[in-house]
Amino acid sequence: MRRNQVAVVGAAETTELGVIPNMSQIQLHADAALNAIADAGLKLSDIDGFATAVETPQQMAHYLGITPTWVDGTSVGGCSFMLHVRHAAAAIEAGLCKTVLITHAESGKSMIGKQPRFTAPDSLNGQFESPFGVYGPPSMFPIPVLRFMKTHGITHEQLAMVAVVQREWAAKNPRATMKDPITVADVLNSRMIAYPFRLLQCCLVTDGGGALILTSADRAKDFPRKPVYILGTGESVETPMVSQMKTFDSSRAFKVAGPLAFKEAGITHKDVDHLMIYDAFAHLPLYGLGDLGFMPYEETGKFIADGNTRPGGKLPLNTNGGGLSYMHSGMYGMYALQESVRQMRGIAPAQVPNAKISVCHGVGGMFAASGTIIFTNEK
Amino acid sequence: MAEPARAKPKPTPETQHFWDGTKAGELRLQRCDACANVYFPPRPFCPSCASRKVSVFKASGKGKLYSYVINHRPAAPGFTPPYAIAVVELDEGPRMMSNIIDCPQTPEALELDMPLEVAFEALDDKITLPLFRPAKG
Repeated sequence: MRRNQVAVVGAAETTELGVIPNMSQIQLHADAALNAIADAGLKLSDIDGFATAVETPQQMAHYLGITPTWVDGTSVGGCSFMLHVRHAAAAIEAGLCKTVLITHAESGKSMIGKQPRFTAPDSLNGQFESPFGVYGPPSMFPIPVLRFMKTHGITHEQLAMVAVVQREWAAKNPRATMKDPITVADVLNSRMIAYPFRLLQCCLVTDGGGALILTSADRAKDFPRKPVYILGTGESVETPMVSQMKTFDSSRAFKVAGPLAFKEAGITHKDVDHLMIYDAFAHLPLYGLGDLGFMPYEETGKFIADGNTRPGGKLPLNTNGGGLSYMHSGMYGMYALQESVRQMRGIAPAQVPNAKISVCHGVGGMFAASGTIIFTNEK
Repeated sequence: MAEPARAKPKPTPETQHFWDGTKAGELRLQRCDACANVYFPPRPFCPSCASRKVSVFKASGKGKLYSYVINHRPAAPGFTPPYAIAVVELDEGPRMMSNIIDCPQTPEALELDMPLEVAFEALDDKITLPLFRPAKG
């Protein structure tokens, strides 16, 4: 895909984030979509491409009242929206549509109009993982981390610092769910969820949504907001069974998607001003820093513990507070994308001064899928 | 009222041999006749070279502890927390999820790379699960 041919021209989250007991899941999608359409100065009838996950494109297109000529229902977990951005950019370049709306929303906390997750007993997960007591993401996603720690010499204190540093960013974001400062001791004394992870190393459970609008770079200059260009993209999948990852020392999906995006963008790691790494749990930023090639895995824990990713640090990471402190409705990738767009527009609450390139890296399932989008505000 | 039971696998045509094996007290894996790749979970072709010529064989049942969590909450039906959810690396190469029995469910007792051996636990007259215990000697 060519660089900077497609831009984000609309971006918004739901009016409220956190606990939203007065909206169903599809209405949360609509709330985010209407906010993004207003942000772009468009009408619903201007949308001719539509992508969403979990809820089907037909469900949401009908509810919103739009008639798309291109749809994408890729649903690979929380990074589905990174994949939607990549697919939408290709579709716009190929002339399949002109203006794409991507929506995410989840009634993750209030559970209104949300289908329960179900693992069929004759699926591979149902046969070879469910019988051994996995029960929701906290019991599955951290399974690789003890091996990662042993191989790479990562300490419990370093993994606690991930949560501490992200809370510092959250404190600067008025919409963040958790803003009070925390210490390593607070993290290591919080309630045990699934050893080695405690409550403060696990993501929040909230309600909310977000939406993006993309169009060609040629058209983007006529929109009210500063265009945010798509500089590079990557995607991959590995396995829906965490036990069957090729190795626990790294994520194959991360190692494919991330470098693909860097290659397409034609940038090196020192060009990156701002970084988002989907943090459903505290180990993900370490995998991301290693798998995307920022540094050897052995240095990732120390890099964060030494303060390099905190406000004022040399590599600002998860500047909204992340899934650990900002919000996490279940599929956090959309919120990471929203923060990258805010940073590239120069309007983020914790704005990184003069940031020109933002890398936004997502995970789906338990290392099952990955998508990476590199944004820039310079064409 | 019966206690909630642990999730029970339902075999498919491609996995039946595995569950027949555990019921017979064997841990069965598959090996590619073309490239010798040993793989899991079961399927009637090699995920490395795509050959459909594959054989089922009885594995040693020996392995080591590759990684785990000790789950506290929420607990799955049929489990009393805290309980370890482990991934075992078999001597033949493939890894599989399981539980570690005859061992305290603590970080001190559950050492990465500790040798393990398979044990079989019948859930009913159709399904027997492969569990693992610390290897004896």
